[in-house]
Amino acid sequence: MSERSIFREEGLQALIEALSRRGFRVIGPTIGDGAIIYDDVEALGDLPRGYTDEQEAGRYRLARRDDAALFGYAVGPQSWKRFLHQPLLRLWRAERKGQDVIVEAEPPATEKLAFLGVRACELHAIEIQDRVLIGGDYVDPHYESKREGAFIVAVNCGTAGGTCFCVSMNTGPRATRGFDLALTELTLEGGNGFLVEVGSPAGAELLAELPSRPASREEMDDGDAVVARTAASMGRAMPAEDIHALLMRNLDHERWDEVAQRCLSCANCTMVCPTCFCTSVEDHNDLSGAESSRTRRWDSCFTMDYSYIHGGSVRPGVASRYRQWMTHKLSTWFDQFGTSGCVGCGRCITWCPVGIDITEETRAISDSEKLLGAADGKS
Amino acid sequence: MSDAAFATLMHAQPMVPQVAHVRGRRKDTPDAWTLDLELANGARLIYAPGQFNMLTAFGVGEAAISVSGDPAGGPLIHTIRAVGPVSRALTALEPGDPIGVRGPFGVGWPMAQAEGKDVLLVAGGLGLAPLRPALYRLLGERARFGRVTLLFGARTPEDIVFRHEVESWRARFDIDVDVTVDHAASEWHGHVGVVTTLISRATFDPCNALAMICGPEVMMRFVAMALVEKGFGEDAIYLSMERNMKCAIGHCGHCQLGPTFICRDGPVFTYAQLKRFLAIKEL
Ligand SMILES: Cc1cc2nc3c(=O)[nH]c(=O)nc-3n(C[C@H](O)[C@H](O)[C@H](O)COP(=O)(O)OP(=O)(O)OC[C@H]3O[C@@H](n4cnc5c(N)ncnc54)[C@H](O)[C@@H]3O)c2cc1C
Ligand code: SF4
Ligand code: SF4
Ligand code: FES
Repeated sequence: MSERSIFREEGLQALIEALSRRGFRVIGPTIGDGAIIYDDVEALGDLPRGYTDEQEAGRYRLARRDDAALFGYAVGPQSWKRFLHQPLLRLWRAERKGQDVIVEAEPPATEKLAFLGVRACELHAIEIQDRVLIGGDYVDPHYESKREGAFIVAVNCGTAGGTCFCVSMNTGPRATRGFDLALTELTLEGGNGFLVEVGSPAGAELLAELPSRPASREEMDDGDAVVARTAASMGRAMPAEDIHALLMRNLDHERWDEVAQRCLSCANCTMVCPTCFCTSVEDHNDLSGAESSRTRRWDSCFTMDYSYIHGGSVRPGVASRYRQWMTHKLSTWFDQFGTSGCVGCGRCITWCPVGIDITEETRAISDSEKLLGAADGKS
Repeated sequence: MSDAAFATLMHAQPMVPQVAHVRGRRKDTPDAWTLDLELANGARLIYAPGQFNMLTAFGVGEAAISVSGDPAGGPLIHTIRAVGPVSRALTALEPGDPIGVRGPFGVGWPMAQAEGKDVLLVAGGLGLAPLRPALYRLLGERARFGRVTLLFGARTPEDIVFRHEVESWRARFDIDVDVTVDHAASEWHGHVGVVTTLISRATFDPCNALAMICGPEVMMRFVAMALVEKGFGEDAIYLSMERNMKCAIGHCGHCQLGPTFICRDGPVFTYAQLKRFLAIKEL
């Protein structure tokens, strides 16, 4: 895709309108509850113009930028999974008629979704959830219908979040695949504009309708420079080694007990993580007992019930629950789905009330091995 | 509905139960019942020994329950111990009552690998239920297998499931059956002790044998270790695992043990696959 185009903010407004005209529900970044969240957007005015997010372990704060950028933040507490893999969903309803029961499956939603402002790490997260929910022997029809119709407008990151580490996970900050259109926000003469890259025939078709012009060599270089600057300013990194093997070697490591002293087992990290997919089901009954239904809701490996079997929880200790979460993300996910379960978005670090940092926990285990190795070397 | 139509429905809507009806109900032990089920329009569930279904008591919930019937034919049979809300509701169903069925799920017992080998079945308590389809297959195609042995341990004589059947197997010449109980009143004339104590009384060629074990996790570990000591290869020992299950299709995450999803990659695994993970506390 060496051909790229330029449009100005009017082009972005036209994009939102064109998507709406085609029947898409357009969802993008907007300010709500003191954070940048994903919600319906109708016009440029809904976007978080001039805002950024300051993030550190256990800390998130909105702040003003000294420019009028529309996408000058990293990622907020929500991810697109809340739209594709809904937090709460009815699976079926059943009606009892004498000795018979009529079960009615919940029809998959027909709503078409367009996502505006999807980050590179989030594209990878969607791809990972695809593998889990529609890539195996069994397909989740609800996820599938939303996913198949979705139109994705990616935005390359112009600012690294304080807790991001996508470079070390090979998932960003540039969107390389999985989008229909990808934008890079640029300062052009006379205002903001976007360098636009086409990622699919649907994207090309839509772009043709928008007021755009071919990008100059210089503008393309400017776009590349934005992403390079972001990559260079990333404050965190996952240790560069085979983490899959590292963690499998260290299932008995004392660090699990150490982190358990800090972890509150609150499940925040799993709720904000864009790849965490676990769910539980619950049955409901009306008072007469004639109608019942089953709902599915997000669940977390940090709860006691999660691993309950007759007699007690398999993982009663916080250490074992934290270990389950982290080894799944970074290690066993490879065995199960051929990819890491972490895309380096940093949400779990930011939204952990006590600031537990998955890169730091990994480094602690890695460093302890190096120390041991050094000691062995000396003796 | 044809057998294939049932399977197709299951695949299109894997989380939606199909309605079946209870046709028979028998009490097996003080807290376990066996149900005979009939699927809608006489469809038959095609399953392999060791596979399980998700059974729904409408309005209450769903539980993973192994098939305990004969894979060669007859009704769909499940044997259920009442331990909590869902299993209590399932075991309280009467003939004629509707029940929801999703399945069959998982990887079952290694029936093909067992051909030509001595086969040792070791069951603890209700663990005999998931092994019974394998036993039916072994006896139904008896000539394909070497010596067949069933070692069965129950808590007390009252906890012996399928008691009459166990006695009829014991009377046969083509299978060795040895039963033990943990505790017994004086009228019990059989063996008393844990099931591992039966292993040294059994006859098999450890170099050409295969073991299938089902029971509480600690029991399976001890049996596996004892068999390794007797010369069994770790990959000739199979166990059927239990974990919390909310989907049975690899989507809910609950059943994970290390890199495996018990529902998808199991419930039957070789001891070689799991040994390392079973040894780690609270994994
Ligand atoms: C592959 C597999 C095969 C099984 N086969 C049989 C069988 O043939 N007969 C039989 O009686 N039981 C079997 N079980 C166990 C059965 O699923 C549980 O006893 C049942 O789910 C308990 O639910 P409850 O609501 O009655 O009890 P509670 O103890 O109140 O359970 C609450 C919840 O915990 C979970 N849970 C509790 N115990 C277990 C358990 N042992 N295994 C998995 N999840 C559990 C369930 O999600 C349940 O909804 C099997 C389990 C698995 C995983
Ligand atoms: S584990 Fe943390 S950093 Fe990795 S994808 Fe999940 S929330 Fe983002
Ligand atoms: S790591 Fe942090 S966010 Fe996750 S459960 Fe523990 S305290 Fe909560
Ligand atoms: S039971 Fe849901 S993943 Fe195995």
